[in-house]
Amino acid sequence: MVATAPAEAVTHPAAGAELDIEQVSHAFDIDGIELPVLSDVSISVEPGEFVALLGPSGCGKSTLLRLVAGLDKPKAGRLREDEARIRSPHPSRVVVFQDPTLFPWRSVWDNVALGLEAQGILRSQRHRVDDALDLVGLSSFRNAYPHQLSGGMAQRVALARALVNDPKILILDEPLGKLDSLTRITMQAELVSLWQRKGFTTLLVTHDAEEALVLANRVIVFSDRPARVKADIRVDRPYPRHRGDPYLADLRRQILGLLGLDATW
Amino acid sequence: MSTYSLSDGLASGAPRASRAPLLATWLRESGVGVLASFAWIAFGLSCLWWQDVGDWSRTHSLGIAAFVIAAIALFGTVGADYLGSAGQALHKRAPWLVALGAFLTVWEVATAKFAWLPLPFFPPPQAIIEVYTDDLPKLLDSVFASIKLQLGGYLIGATIGFLTGVSIGWSRAVGYWVHPVLRFIGPLPATAWLPIAFFTFPSSWSASTFLIALATGFPVTVLTWSGVASVSNAYYDVARTLGAKPSFLVLKVAIPAALPHVFVGLFMGLGSSFAVLVVAEMIGVKAGLGWYLQWAQGWAAYANMYAALIVMSLLCSGAITLLFAIRDRLLVWQKGTVKW
Repeated sequence: MVATAPAEAVTHPAAGAELDIEQVSHAFDIDGIELPVLSDVSISVEPGEFVALLGPSGCGKSTLLRLVAGLDKPKAGRLREDEARIRSPHPSRVVVFQDPTLFPWRSVWDNVALGLEAQGILRSQRHRVDDALDLVGLSSFRNAYPHQLSGGMAQRVALARALVNDPKILILDEPLGKLDSLTRITMQAELVSLWQRKGFTTLLVTHDAEEALVLANRVIVFSDRPARVKADIRVDRPYPRHRGDPYLADLRRQILGLLGLDATW
Repeated sequence: MSTYSLSDGLASGAPRASRAPLLATWLRESGVGVLASFAWIAFGLSCLWWQDVGDWSRTHSLGIAAFVIAAIALFGTVGADYLGSAGQALHKRAPWLVALGAFLTVWEVATAKFAWLPLPFFPPPQAIIEVYTDDLPKLLDSVFASIKLQLGGYLIGATIGFLTGVSIGWSRAVGYWVHPVLRFIGPLPATAWLPIAFFTFPSSWSASTFLIALATGFPVTVLTWSGVASVSNAYYDVARTLGAKPSFLVLKVAIPAALPHVFVGLFMGLGSSFAVLVVAEMIGVKAGLGWYLQWAQGWAAYANMYAALIVMSLLCSGAITLLFAIRDRLLVWQKGTVKW
């Protein structure tokens, strides 16, 4: 889908932003008891990097993403995008959630147009919505309603809704987690090619080591809750990557070992 | 196009296997339509065969009308193939035509002909027809008065209820002040305010409008509120990361997401406001169908009562049909909505 789209259709690549997470700690209050979820996390992400955050389920990865998006404020520490403090959500940092969360009362086109409409620039920028739909190969579904879409198509629309804003940082919270394995593999390839063409910085939360290794050029492994950075692994392999690559298999064994799953492999 | 092969296949494979029992097939297809025709002929005959026990002027015309309907049913059934969608519609409604014809026949015989039912209280069909032809101006005046009162009160109540519901659902401060008031006043039937309303308001018309608005407003408020309160936080998160301001979150996220609930409230409000309308017209307002009913009862004009009841039922049903049509238009994105 994405591979066949003509290169001219792409708008000017928005260069990725630098992201600094400095000694961030966070906790939830549950019935008056403080439950620590992030403990002194520091990560520095270069512009245009594709970073995968890997960790056991419920360790606090998604919480970190909410902090980066500006949806929540950390209890301690600082987050900065290109040196500017992150205090509130901004369309330069867009999140794609595990559920597509399309607005069911809006058609596909209107869903993708959401960001431009919210910023009040839709009237002059309508072509960007069409371009974004082209990019994910769903132009012919522009008038469909979300309940008429398959899971994979819905997630593509969610991706187009994010990309239409030309984000500097794309935040992916297990966006492929609920898709079937075939759709998942296709969409992984699409994600890589979008990232290569657009050049945005990407943060991907996943609990799938293989997915992290196929997509990212840096994998950060978290400990169990409260999450601390356990390992920061560079993946120096060209794209497209092959799942059977012995180098990646070796890294995968290493990562599963860090997660305490080496015995099962 | 691939449709070639499809139509070819249909054309060659089409000849009906069972050609012999032609009459049997025809009767199975059209039997109900013919039966409907017979039922209406029976009604027509029941009108004309015996003498009326009372003095009604429309018996003869009603009998003729019944024969005309019987003829339409018969020709519609025989010629269904040439009538397109009209024939289809007739075919679908034929069982109801049978039931209606049979019911009218029994009604006619039991009232006008042998008076098995006590007479002034159970007028025959022709007496009701007579009301529609001879008392039309007064009936129409009543219909317009009712519609005017109902529409004004309902629109005011629905608007205020919707705005209140959105405010309570959205703002904690508004909720703090309005919620207790709502809990105290809301469950009270609007008709309980009737005596107070009629002497505090300058006219009985404004008092009735207030009562109808009250009856409409409570369910609309509660349902709108619950609709806004139940909107998933994920929608707000998505909109906020895309740069939405609070006004956008209310107008473009909370309200559209709550709309299905709002329509349930509007529907419930419509039902309870009808009740208030009729009571208010019977007691205070000297116009409208409720008043017409009361007036007819005072004169022991039972035919007029039934005639007004039928009109009232058509109006209420029409209002609900209209509301459902608006709902279907606004909520096309919902799948599996109930058809009214």
